[in-house]
Amino acid sequence: MREQFESPIVLLGARLLSPYIMLFGIYVIFHGHYSPGGGFQGGALLASSIILIRISGGRIISRLQIREFFTTPLAAIGVIVYFLAGFVAVLYGGYFLDYEALPFPGDLSPAELRYYGILVIEIGIGIAVMAILVMIYDHMARGEDYV
Amino acid sequence: MKYAKILILAAFAGLMIYGSMGLPDRADPDNRMHQERSITDTVVAGSYFIREAYNDANTPNMVTVVLGDYRSIDTFGEQVVVFAAGLICLLILRKFRPV
Amino acid sequence: MFDFILGHYAYWLTIILLCIGLYGIMFKKNLVKKTIGLTILQISVVLFWVSIGSKWDATVPVRDPGIPTAEVANYLNPLPHTLMLTAIVVGVATLGVAFALLVATYNRYKTLDEEEILEQIQ
Repeated sequence: MREQFESPIVLLGARLLSPYIMLFGIYVIFHGHYSPGGGFQGGALLASSIILIRISGGRIISRLQIREFFTTPLAAIGVIVYFLAGFVAVLYGGYFLDYEALPFPGDLSPAELRYYGILVIEIGIGIAVMAILVMIYDHMARGEDYV
Repeated sequence: MKYAKILILAAFAGLMIYGSMGLPDRADPDNRMHQERSITDTVVAGSYFIREAYNDANTPNMVTVVLGDYRSIDTFGEQVVVFAAGLICLLILRKFRPV
Repeated sequence: MFDFILGHYAYWLTIILLCIGLYGIMFKKNLVKKTIGLTILQISVVLFWVSIGSKWDATVPVRDPGIPTAEVANYLNPLPHTLMLTAIVVGVATLGVAFALLVATYNRYKTLDEEEILEQIQ
């Protein structure tokens, strides 16, 4: 970012749009079992809402939302959620990523266990894709200043 | 040199269109990939997914079931690739210390 | 003849898109334009896969209780959609890697023209 200047109109429009895009992203992740959607699409929508604030507001305002050093651990958390969903199944006597062995509370049939297992990994995918797209944007925007 | 490149590109396009003549009609339900048994008499994966996805995972959206259940290890590999791409961006554009 | 064209025009359109992408890769000197060509080529492959997964008189692969899933011809094939869903996201991430490399190249050589970079290397 070589030149920076403030534009209140752009910032106001982005502030108006961004929460609704984020809400729609969360809806797409959690409603992916019943309609077109899922972790990848919802994560891309969440990332678009965050990048919208970062483009319109600049570095100082966007620091209030998600700080720049926080995106890399968040991406790792997303991958680890996916990996643990598979590894816990191994610990409980199933195959890797075999959701029928996951210890969810309650008396659930194998089909319902698979339902909740898919939901867990969709959340992991959503967090990871959101954090990685924001991470790529951050480092590209800052990398222009480095020589 | 530029004309040779144009010739190569045109020849490639002609070859691809000639190859596409042998493909089956698009969206024909009688295609081999939409049948229940393949040529070697094994179960076709797409037909199995349509029929058994709701019974296996209690989820109406078949694409989610294929993504998260039947091909979940493939999806895990894709996610590791995306994570590695993010780490590569971090490592390329890091601010180097002046030596 | 009309049925043949109706069954194959989608393939020809994706082949034209693929040749546009190859044109960008082969002829353009600017590295950003080459990257755009690479993306167009990738999108053509995605469109080809989605087009071979379609089926006449079928609905989207989300189970509707009114339409029986026992008859396979009622639903589209979900497998190409799934493969391309992951391919799009991986394509976006690798595009980010490509642009990161371009930013690093521009920081070092102050140009993105292919021949000027080759001159500066030698």
